[in-house]
Amino acid sequence: MGKRTPLYDQHLALGAKMVDFGGWDMPLHYGSQVEEHHQVRRDCGVFDVSHMTVVDLSGSDAKVFLQMLLANDVARLASPGKALYSAMLNERGGVVDDLIVYLTEDGYCLVVNAATRDKDLAWMQQCSEGFDVELRERADLGMLAVQGPQARARTCEQVNHVRAELIRALKPFQGFADGDWFIARTGYTGEDGLEIILPQDQVAGFFSELVGAGISPIGLGARDTLRLEAGMNLYGQDMDDSTSPLISNMAWTLAWEPAERQFMGRAALEAQRAQGALPRLVGLVLEERGVLRAHQVVRVVGVGDGEITSGSYSPTLGKSIALARVPAATGVRAEVEIRGKWYPVRVVQPTFVRHGKVLI
Amino acid sequence: MSDIRADLRYAASHEWARLEADGTVTVGISDHAQEALGDVVFIELPDVGAQLAAGQEAGVVESVKAASDIYAPVGGEVIAVNTGLADGPEGVNSDPYGSWFFKLQPSDVSELDKLLDADGYRAAADEA
Repeated sequence: MGKRTPLYDQHLALGAKMVDFGGWDMPLHYGSQVEEHHQVRRDCGVFDVSHMTVVDLSGSDAKVFLQMLLANDVARLASPGKALYSAMLNERGGVVDDLIVYLTEDGYCLVVNAATRDKDLAWMQQCSEGFDVELRERADLGMLAVQGPQARARTCEQVNHVRAELIRALKPFQGFADGDWFIARTGYTGEDGLEIILPQDQVAGFFSELVGAGISPIGLGARDTLRLEAGMNLYGQDMDDSTSPLISNMAWTLAWEPAERQFMGRAALEAQRAQGALPRLVGLVLEERGVLRAHQVVRVVGVGDGEITSGSYSPTLGKSIALARVPAATGVRAEVEIRGKWYPVRVVQPTFVRHGKVLI
Repeated sequence: MSDIRADLRYAASHEWARLEADGTVTVGISDHAQEALGDVVFIELPDVGAQLAAGQEAGVVESVKAASDIYAPVGGEVIAVNTGLADGPEGVNSDPYGSWFFKLQPSDVSELDKLLDADGYRAAADEA
């Protein structure tokens, strides 16, 4: 039996098909994954993301520690509530995890992946040697994501007036603490929406209110197709300890300036960058019927081979899409082997859908 | 609980087979199978005219989640395929027993007797 979030019984009562995800029993879907996907793109839905790991960081060295630990620069967080997406690297420049870090009144709050919890905490602890910092996992907290064009408006109807005003005023990638809740305008779907961190014992009540108000519960299945359409990486699939951000479509998250900031993995990344001709993580679109899947081989005639890292059916496009790591010189066409046959695919920027609009 | 119809025969690999009055056999996948697969998005069907042995690969069902092979429950010649599935693969989820995949002219009708009946299939599906 896996670990359970405070919503386990409600998922079952809502008819969820449960699956193991990184040691957690989580809802895959509540009937139709494709319908749930459309629901988020068109209106909104609520996800249980209480399996994710929340870590508070405090201490007089908190800022300099994170400036060493993370490839993005927390100096960019100008005021409490601001959020930053970053990779946490090892010495070789490989991605230990990707995470969101919020500046808080007392320090920082990091949200890391569930499946990588143990190694993340161990790595942070190890790196914190010599720094005056305190890392505290917040297992007492749960987390809900409400995502979709109507997510903020619908959530506002379920909270008090003051909280609703604060939600309406939020800018993207910004959050606020309100009592023991933390509400941020972030997400993993390519739509507007909120991620709400709240005490575990309040998760079930708030989830019930949202679902009772007609906001559909959405499972991990749709979460995966939504993030894939949005061109967002999934840790362990599109990047891991052995792949650097430079070959994972995450170069935009690297803060090279100031040049004297010696973040973990920097030297390895600089060496890679100098070497040049690095593989790229690109988007693929299959125009024919079929479904692209992780680990299928990508062939670029005259250039070389690559591999699909995430592939699925895109409910918004009505065709299959994928993320793939391909040679640097790859152009706009490639082929993918599906069950022994080669199918032509289009190579595109890996953002397929954003804010309900098809971009490819 | 999944719907298992008494008037059909089933393969352990989750295809259903129905002997029609004209001696042909219609094939699809069970309610249990569609439930396990989740949203079906694409189906690869055999060619009309193909000769299949019982248990031979006859096509592929792709759901959002995974691809899985479909097998011929009995041997015979493929005499028709359901081309409507190309544009409406989701029918397999909403109506698995109406959404047939292909029809066979069986080479040996008695092969149907080797398939599971509803009770046998229910027992097999429960274990899986």
